[in-house]
Amino acid sequence: MSDADPDVLLEDLRTMARIRAFELRVARLFRDGRIPGFVHVSIGQEAVAAGVCGVLERADAITTTHRGHGHCLAKGVDAAGMMAELFGRATGTCRGRGGSMHIADPRIGVLGANGIVAAGLPLAVGAGLAALRRGTGAVAVAFAGDGTVHSGAFHEAVTLAVLWRAPVIFLIENNGFAEFTDTEAMWRGAPLVERARAYGIEHAERVDGNDVVAVRRSAEAAIAACRAGEGPALVEAMTYRLHGHFEGDAVAYRDPEEHARWEARDPIARAVAALEAAGRGAAAAEAIALADAEMDAAVESGLAAPYPDAESVLEDVHA
Amino acid sequence: MPDAAPTYLQAIRGALEAEMAADPDVVVIGIDVGAGGGVYGATRGLLDRFGPERVMDTPIAEAGVVGAAVGAAMAGLRPVVEVMYMDFLTVCLDPIVNQAAKLRYMTGGGVSIPLVVRTQTGGGRSSGAQHSQSLEGVLAHVPGLKVFLPGDPRDVDVLLRAAIRDDGPVVFVENRRLYNRRAPDRDDGWEPLPPGRARVVRAGGDVTVVAWGRMVAEVRRACEDPRLAGVGVELIDLRTLVPLDLETLVASVRATGRALVVHEAVGEFGPGAEIAMRLTEELLYEVEGPIRRLGAATAPTPYSPPLEEAALPGAPAIADAIHAVLTG
Repeated sequence: MSDADPDVLLEDLRTMARIRAFELRVARLFRDGRIPGFVHVSIGQEAVAAGVCGVLERADAITTTHRGHGHCLAKGVDAAGMMAELFGRATGTCRGRGGSMHIADPRIGVLGANGIVAAGLPLAVGAGLAALRRGTGAVAVAFAGDGTVHSGAFHEAVTLAVLWRAPVIFLIENNGFAEFTDTEAMWRGAPLVERARAYGIEHAERVDGNDVVAVRRSAEAAIAACRAGEGPALVEAMTYRLHGHFEGDAVAYRDPEEHARWEARDPIARAVAALEAAGRGAAAAEAIALADAEMDAAVESGLAAPYPDAESVLEDVHA
Repeated sequence: MPDAAPTYLQAIRGALEAEMAADPDVVVIGIDVGAGGGVYGATRGLLDRFGPERVMDTPIAEAGVVGAAVGAAMAGLRPVVEVMYMDFLTVCLDPIVNQAAKLRYMTGGGVSIPLVVRTQTGGGRSSGAQHSQSLEGVLAHVPGLKVFLPGDPRDVDVLLRAAIRDDGPVVFVENRRLYNRRAPDRDDGWEPLPPGRARVVRAGGDVTVVAWGRMVAEVRRACEDPRLAGVGVELIDLRTLVPLDLETLVASVRATGRALVVHEAVGEFGPGAEIAMRLTEELLYEVEGPIRRLGAATAPTPYSPPLEEAALPGAPAIADAIHAVLTG
């Protein structure tokens, strides 16, 4: 991280700190019974969202997963709207109809978090195809977890993207767990990057997903390749889910030593240390404080917002 | 001498061509739709006219293809995807049911999904149970999907063009046994109607029969049964299951006092049950007997011709059912 541009790193730290501040509040509010349903937080994985979305333009599209708060925030979805959505309020991003797993804001290319594992991958391929056909120059990023890559939808999405030379980046966030199960336990074949090449994806690489500088560099290269018409790319970002699959998960399956090892590689702490070394410690501390204040305000406004009118239950079923 | 009226199949091709010419965002995607012209020829000639960027052959990967079409629809295209047989919808139900149908609602109206899934059904040709099933009831049960099922070649043009212009997902269900049918030469009073409007195709005062797709023609044949001589059968072609034109159905049944719903889908838990119940809720004290339904036997579609004939509602069974409604 030592050779990173401190201004860019500071920008990425701001994004990561906002995600962390959002997720910590969501975890607490869920535990306290203030958020209905279920929530999946991305604490520990913030560098992937920040590093990738930091490179994207407004017109670029993303699809994401049940663990998508970070990607949505990093792509520019309003935090207060998202928090209100989690509370099920009328002022939420999706007017209270989506919830934690379904945040979307197509005006800024967020084509949605998705509650169906791997479903976002073909959607991103379609968004990439549309960009190609309409000549917009945009790319699409499909954020997906390591559990996704064993599904048929992954195989079909990659096959189509390569066939169509669609500008899609398959951003596989390997956080060590497919729900409760160790990622390594569910695959006996070649590493993912090798598989990607076998499908015909030329630009495929594995990156340290807890190093935001490395993630950003990798994303820049992948996105540049896509924009240059080289077809799809795949990036496997190695990271770690510091919380359970969902909030309330007892995490009985986790090795405490492994957890401690990854906690020591916290992407935010690493970015702060690098900024301190570059003489920007005060700015880093300020970024974190601002993120906390923003998310406190988002919680406050969200809790004060009204619920949707019961009479609106049938609105937007059809176009 | 005017040209012969187009067949049902020619009407599909004509509607696709017209909409593709009118809007560059309309693309046709599917297995064999390009160079192959579609397994039944519905897309023949489109590749030559519009090129491979707008008429896209795909691998046999329906879930990925329909999923990509949903994403493309969210990002500005208006894809028309062909899923070769209605039975194959089951391998791509996630993008249809969980994505296309739900995303508009889940995003609070944030996204539009102008997607058409064209598919076809049509039992009675020994195609076997995996190439013959009518699943419109399953589709209509999913909030957010529209379901169009033309039975008349002239409605094919109107409904397919409306489906392509619709900003939401539409499943367009063709019947392959109608592909060679043409509209009658004589003036039968046909006029274009939008989706959501049923058509009274035969007026009568004694009993209302509701049908769609190929069953409309089958009910017409049943009306020729000697036992129904002198009976005023009012036949309604529903045309679209979603939106459902309950108003036209209620008006007709209020006048006739008796009703039967006929469909090619199996009877149990079929769309006829829903329509009969909706009519019952409106008209319980006005009808002269129970509203009934006739669907296919509740079995996977059999292969052997006599078995399949026994399973599907044909004119004799429909005549029996009309007779039962009249006397029941």
